[in-house]
Amino acid sequence: MTDRDEVEHAVADAHRREWAFVLAATARVAGDFDLAEECVQEAYVAALGAWARDGVPDRPGAWLTATARRKALDVLRRRQVLRAKLPLLLEPDETEFEMPDEVAVPDDRLRLIFTCCHPALARDAQVALTLRLVCGVSTGDIARAFLVSEPTMAARVTRAKKKIAAARIPYRVPESAELPERLDAVLTVVHLLLTTGHTAPSGTDLVRADLVDRALHLARMLLALMPDEPEVRGLLALLLLTNARRATRTDSQGRLLRLEDQDRSAWDRATIDEGRRLVVEAFRTGRVGRYALQAAIASLHALAPSYDATDWPQIVRLYDALLGCWPSPVVALNRAVAVSMVDGPEAALTEVDTLAQDPRLAGYHYLPAIRADLLRRLDRPAEAAEAYRAALALVDNDAERTHLTTRLATLSTP
Amino acid sequence: MAQYAVLIYSPAPADPMDLTPDYIALLERYPAQVAELGGQIVTGFALQPSITATAVRGDLVTDGPFIEAKEVVAGFFVLEAPDLDVALKIAKLNPATIHGGVEVRPLFVPPAE
Repeated sequence: MTDRDEVEHAVADAHRREWAFVLAATARVAGDFDLAEECVQEAYVAALGAWARDGVPDRPGAWLTATARRKALDVLRRRQVLRAKLPLLLEPDETEFEMPDEVAVPDDRLRLIFTCCHPALARDAQVALTLRLVCGVSTGDIARAFLVSEPTMAARVTRAKKKIAAARIPYRVPESAELPERLDAVLTVVHLLLTTGHTAPSGTDLVRADLVDRALHLARMLLALMPDEPEVRGLLALLLLTNARRATRTDSQGRLLRLEDQDRSAWDRATIDEGRRLVVEAFRTGRVGRYALQAAIASLHALAPSYDATDWPQIVRLYDALLGCWPSPVVALNRAVAVSMVDGPEAALTEVDTLAQDPRLAGYHYLPAIRADLLRRLDRPAEAAEAYRAALALVDNDAERTHLTTRLATLSTP
Repeated sequence: MAQYAVLIYSPAPADPMDLTPDYIALLERYPAQVAELGGQIVTGFALQPSITATAVRGDLVTDGPFIEAKEVVAGFFVLEAPDLDVALKIAKLNPATIHGGVEVRPLFVPPAE
């Protein structure tokens, strides 16, 4: 007999580490995600009893996979519709009725991730499916993280699974010609988990911290599975470098702190070093994209001794490269902030005013907020106040609202 | 193989008699491209221009297509393809995507049970 706590700990650990592997391998046999999920869940429940009786196996993932796949095959045999079900996810030549050799279970996690992030699915469905199927997060927890009701989230997941089956979204890794575009969708989903975790307007801190951990876990998994993709390295670097500053983003009262006001001594140096190393490795390949470039910008901020002593000219050059591969007005707006540190607020204001004509930035509260800060630096308080009020009218996050209100207040009482 | 309806949307009124020689040349190449990508067109139709359409809502009969829009359904075909990725590759090559677009929708198959 193995100690009960020890077994529970081993099962929880295997849930966190091995869920994606077990589910992906089971989906290949089960032919649909609903059956696969059910069998994987049953396998984890079975592990509690079996591991207490026989001890924790050397390779818990292999044990869970074998158990879940056996359950799936049993169900399929019982249903007597094996032949009708298998074609949904399986390529015909892989049809097999024998229990597969445990050692030979292929790593299907990439298939699973690319299927969850297929462009035929809506972005919010991609995010929900990735958390549910790749990370094994419960529907209730996903609903809480994204501030929707549990039935709404459950319906979203069900709808997405139904589309995968009905439209025959294939269970495979895209071929190399389509890989860059398809990989970008995967990276976007992972990055979205981090930004949601960082800026969720409400929800408990625990749920948000969990999302950030999931994003990091997914990025590390992707890097292990696709070590030759510099953008995967870039994404992990960006997540690490963003997260290294997490503790200093707000003050003790939960108020938002600007980068220039953050306590740099409290940044997580080990994490920054790891992120920096990954950036260098990604740039060494000579094939950097928007994640590696954003990570490079983040690393310059992380390494700078102070806001003023940051390598702003280099940051402007990186933003130029970023705009080249990702012509987004939001990137151009961030570039304008860097320009203000190199060429002064006047030059930056001209750029921001040009960007204000872009309909894609209408309703984006950072634009008037940045404009306000530039006008303040130019000593034009009346116009700055007007811009802060314009930003306040657009903001929907409490921490941001408090921050803007404070900025406005300090402006009118010199 | 799965079957998909591919709905062709073109700028209204989508008159097939107005198709340019260039467009017709692209259409003529299409079946061979479909086959090359591993699909097959089971059946397909072009429609008369949308000014010939009549919509029925409950008891109300009105002139025009059911949904008024810049682009209207100009035709459709039933495509057989191994999976959605192949179906989408085939759909992307359809000349309708140049000025309009296409919708790919799996055909409903009644469940076995």
